[in-house]
Amino acid sequence: MSGQAATAAEPAWRSRVASIPAGALVLRAAVAFVLLFVAAWVAYKAYGDPRTFVIVGLNGLTLAGLYFVVASGFTLIFGLMRVVNMAHGSLYMLAGFFALELQTTLTGGETTSAFGSSEAGLGDWIIPLVVASLAIGLIGLVMQQLFLRWNQGQELRQALITIAIGIIIADQTLAHFGGIAESLAPPDVFPESVDLPFSDLVYPFFRIFVLLVAIAIGLSLWAMIQRTRFGMIVRAGVDDRQMVSALGINIQLVFASAFFLGAVLAGVGGVLGGTMISVDKANDTQYLLISLIVVIIGGMGSLAGAAIGALALGLVDSFGDVYLPQGYTNYSILLIFGLLVLVLAIRPLGLFGRPA
Amino acid sequence: MSRPALTVERALWWGPGLALLLILVFAPLLFTDFYLSQVLTKALWLGIAAASLIFLAAYVGMVSLGQVALYGVAGFTMANLVAAEGGAETAWNPWAATLMGILAAVAVGLFFGAIASRSYGIYFLMITLAIAVLTYYFFAQVTELSGFGGVNSVARPGIVSNPVSDPQNLFYIALLASAAVYVFVRYLARTPFGLALQGVRDDPSRMRALGYNVPLLRMFAFGLGALIASFAGILSVWWNTRISPGSIDLARTIDVLVIAVIGGLYRLEGAWVGAVVFVALENWTRGVDLVGQRFNTVIGVIFLAIVLLSPGGLMGIWQSITDFFGRQLSRKPPARPSPGPADEARPASDSPQPS
Repeated sequence: MSGQAATAAEPAWRSRVASIPAGALVLRAAVAFVLLFVAAWVAYKAYGDPRTFVIVGLNGLTLAGLYFVVASGFTLIFGLMRVVNMAHGSLYMLAGFFALELQTTLTGGETTSAFGSSEAGLGDWIIPLVVASLAIGLIGLVMQQLFLRWNQGQELRQALITIAIGIIIADQTLAHFGGIAESLAPPDVFPESVDLPFSDLVYPFFRIFVLLVAIAIGLSLWAMIQRTRFGMIVRAGVDDRQMVSALGINIQLVFASAFFLGAVLAGVGGVLGGTMISVDKANDTQYLLISLIVVIIGGMGSLAGAAIGALALGLVDSFGDVYLPQGYTNYSILLIFGLLVLVLAIRPLGLFGRPA
Repeated sequence: MSRPALTVERALWWGPGLALLLILVFAPLLFTDFYLSQVLTKALWLGIAAASLIFLAAYVGMVSLGQVALYGVAGFTMANLVAAEGGAETAWNPWAATLMGILAAVAVGLFFGAIASRSYGIYFLMITLAIAVLTYYFFAQVTELSGFGGVNSVARPGIVSNPVSDPQNLFYIALLASAAVYVFVRYLARTPFGLALQGVRDDPSRMRALGYNVPLLRMFAFGLGALIASFAGILSVWWNTRISPGSIDLARTIDVLVIAVIGGLYRLEGAWVGAVVFVALENWTRGVDLVGQRFNTVIGVIFLAIVLLSPGGLMGIWQSITDFFGRQLSRKPPARPSPGPADEARPASDSPQPS
């Protein structure tokens, strides 16, 4: 635990190192060694084939953008209310299928083409995005008001409630929308691909767009939390809920808004992911896992942690599939597991985690 | 402390239990082969899986969602070592493979425990869930060990007859395993180790101050949970004659949690009670076109209702009933409101002390 390090009041790193037990030092050295080895391996592969490195790196970054959008909603809800929203993956999946249905209705069912020949106008993409996200936000709000609000403080019970709701949402989604893997068509005003500078490489534009959206969402969330009155209340609420409500602030309203916002982010993620990759009946498991890992790595409730966690997961995900030695690529899931183990070995609360 | 005398409450509590046990022992005479195999045997092994979760939750305060992944490790290890289609296709003796499966699950369980044991409460739940889903993806991806098709036609030891045409043997094996798990956990709870685990559940910081290595205790407890879960894994492979990633996916993980919660998360008996109810519901919804045969929706609604209305599960409801009638019948003053978790509530009414 980091408790030993914290006892040293003087800032000198020497005394901090001295206060770490020998076992922990060995552990940290081992972790540093693993990280160095990974960096060296990636550098070696990158030197051998820089073009692949750029493409795979961009895949990782854009994937990280998607992961961040999804996980930021999860971590926002957790940070303020201590609610682990196990229905987050189901909400993501529902958003994707709902948006797909809307788009098919709007365009008259001519958009089933995957990447490339997009038949959808700008409105045919924006309207499903907005409607689906708001609908998911409303579902989240109803969920919080009906089931979670009167169980505040009972963390396990709330988690079980969200699991139950997650099962129901996922099952009903599959019942209504079928569950065939398909993707939303990106708006046709977007170019299909962009030329990368300093090379002859091209890259799908929509993936870059997702990364930009993720950065915009991250910056707005940061500005909202750091610069607005609402954000001030949220930060105060994270530290001391009771004191905030004792000061006459309607904390229930803040909770409801935060849950709405968190669910909207799951919805936005679902539409972005449904366009960038696909809408699939396995999405609920997949994105619940991604949200969990991102916040476990980053530290639960921390926005910066979610960004770092998403980046780490996206890059490991993307490089793992390509850079493992031939014949071992289907073991790439172990890399993600290794990432989790590395972080938890050193910081059980995640990189930016603080004790509750 | 002396053993409390046989009171009405105790009779009400244990009577139905003994009756159920008798019914189970003579089940092959009472039920058709279909019910014996598809309902009772399945409920027994699912009950063992849920019992491993309840053991950790009730005695150590660790609500783990990793139990299904661990039973998968046991099942996949065994299935890969014996003669089977898909997987590694070695041909070990089935008993040796079974032992290896159990050992593998315990080893992996200790490793997972080492990762997760420094986290508590909801963090622990999240980490074990993440590990469980990663294990699922591992077996789904690694075609050498399984791949999506799984391992099929797994060879069984001779004593385990065909689970469909001749389900008696497997039923009795599952019954024996369940009884062994139950007795083992009840015994363990009285040993110094078990008491230390309960101390960790109630107050980890105080236990640390007393000189216990709390993360180590929690890690060993998790290993024991893996041992129990591995029985369920082995039995499930014998029962299914196959194992695939679908047997350990998120839905199955949640099923086992649902079973534990329906039965009662803090009563060991609840594991099998919940499992019987769950499997019966599963069979019933298959035949009824109630909600378009959406079994998961039915289970989700029941799960939600139990969590919202009776967090103690069916065992909690039964507890309230026996307490109520016990008081009525023996005309004793009402028992003091008992503090602490549900598993400690019962002794308080065993020997009420008029104040």
